Amino acid sequence: MPPRIALRGVSKVYRPPKKPPYLAIDGVDLDVDQGRFVSVVGPSGCGKSTILSLVAGLIPATAGTITIGGDPVHAVRTDVGFLFQRDALLPWRTVRENVSLALRFRGLGRREIARRVDPWLDRVGLAPFADNFPHELSGGMRKRAQLAQSLVVDPAVLLMDEPFSALDVQTRNLMENELLELWGASGKTVLFITHDLEEAIALSDELVVMTAGPGRIKARYPVELPRPRNVSEVRFAPGFVSLYERAWSDLRDEVLRSYERSLRSAS
Amino acid sequence: MSAQVALGVERVPLTRRDSFVRALQVGVILFFIAAWEGLGRAGVLDPFYYSRPSLFVPRIAEWFAPGSTAGDIWGDIRVTLIETVLGFVIGTLLGLIVGYSFARNRLLGLAFDPLLSMFNAIPRLVLAPVFILAFGIDLASKVALAVTLVFFIVFFATFAAVRDVDQTLVDNVRILGARRRDITFEVLLPAAFSAIVASLRTSAGFAFAGAVVAEYLGSNAGLGRRIANSEAFFDSTGVFGGIVLIALLALLLDSLLQIAEGRSSRWKPRRER
Repeated sequence: MPPRIALRGVSKVYRPPKKPPYLAIDGVDLDVDQGRFVSVVGPSGCGKSTILSLVAGLIPATAGTITIGGDPVHAVRTDVGFLFQRDALLPWRTVRENVSLALRFRGLGRREIARRVDPWLDRVGLAPFADNFPHELSGGMRKRAQLAQSLVVDPAVLLMDEPFSALDVQTRNLMENELLELWGASGKTVLFITHDLEEAIALSDELVVMTAGPGRIKARYPVELPRPRNVSEVRFAPGFVSLYERAWSDLRDEVLRSYERSLRSAS
Repeated sequence: MSAQVALGVERVPLTRRDSFVRALQVGVILFFIAAWEGLGRAGVLDPFYYSRPSLFVPRIAEWFAPGSTAGDIWGDIRVTLIETVLGFVIGTLLGLIVGYSFARNRLLGLAFDPLLSMFNAIPRLVLAPVFILAFGIDLASKVALAVTLVFFIVFFATFAAVRDVDQTLVDNVRILGARRRDITFEVLLPAAFSAIVASLRTSAGFAFAGAVVAEYLGSNAGLGRRIANSEAFFDSTGVFGGIVLIALLALLLDSLLQIAEGRSSRWKPRRER
């Protein structure tokens, strides 16, 4: 079977106004097979978020090709789910209205929307808060609402951009487990971006380490830990620590390089 | 044993009680009125210039008495309110349309930026004579002045809100399948409305001020004209009667808008006390 998501020689040059252009990612080749959970880790500024924006078609690639399910990405892909790091719920819409958005944009009727939204509100535990506004929810609840908002149209691909990095550690572990549970039997393909190596290993089938900007792929590791996993327990599983150490030795150099560069540009 | 904090029965200190704060507010107003009256009677404030509450309150009552010789007070109020509402509605619509277009079209915004900045730098009230010459002493010149005052407030609020809209919100709805029209109605306009609602009370106040000032400078009806007429006869009691009436009307308008603002911003986070 061909890979669900494929990047071939993908580069991206940003041209900010009144600043020199810079190369964010450079010649990235990446395959994500159908149903796999792949995480990309890298130091801040390595262009890992750029990869997701390119795959979703939010910004055009400068060079290379990207395909989802064999279709080249030319414009915004509405057949993927995207979870942002920042709050992306419309603050002036209730939870139910937010979760309904994708169905409304597809022109579905009121009754059909309710029939498909209600089970999702139940599944993420937000049914009692359906008529609340986002600011009335906790950070974890807002993330769950966003998860339901993306999944209500049952996308085959889920793109996640450091979705839990703003949450406290306990809530984050809960959310990671809930994500694994939702994903478990769904057969969805997940491309997950994070700067947290532990999170990346705990969740994924495969780990991709990137270099400091311009981002290139430095190493790939299969994660052969048994599923189903509990993210707060899998950290003690045999194999976790040795994989962590190997990946960290790759990542450490890049983190240092990125840090030194930020010091230099600040002075 | 754990210390129990009783919810609900905790005693609120006097200075935090609503009723106490209300009483204090009424007290301040009463003190102000009494001081005015007292200083006027003692000869410190010459009533010829500054009038006295005991003079202008009966005057206002006289205006409202049936068969008053001072002209139709309800007619004056109606005229001023119509000018205010028209100026407010037209100014808001123009500000919204122009602000939205300029924020969405970079070149358009850049092209008009210096001209608009120039207009905004003019103290708008000096345009009143221009409008009176151009539109006459009837309704139109008052509405025009109110429009120019409201327009810039709404224009800047809309322009900033649409230009600085959170790109994450736009990207998210695009992936959820929003077309251009959906982005406008689901993200950009709601962001603009929330900025407009926040400036609603300011712009309504300006509309009211614009209408009254234009009336004062040249008209045949309205509360501003009533003040101008009294002034022409060195009748400070009539001037203050008009001012107090205008203040009460502005207060009424503002409290109505406060209710409207509260209703339309239930989605906004509020600080708990």
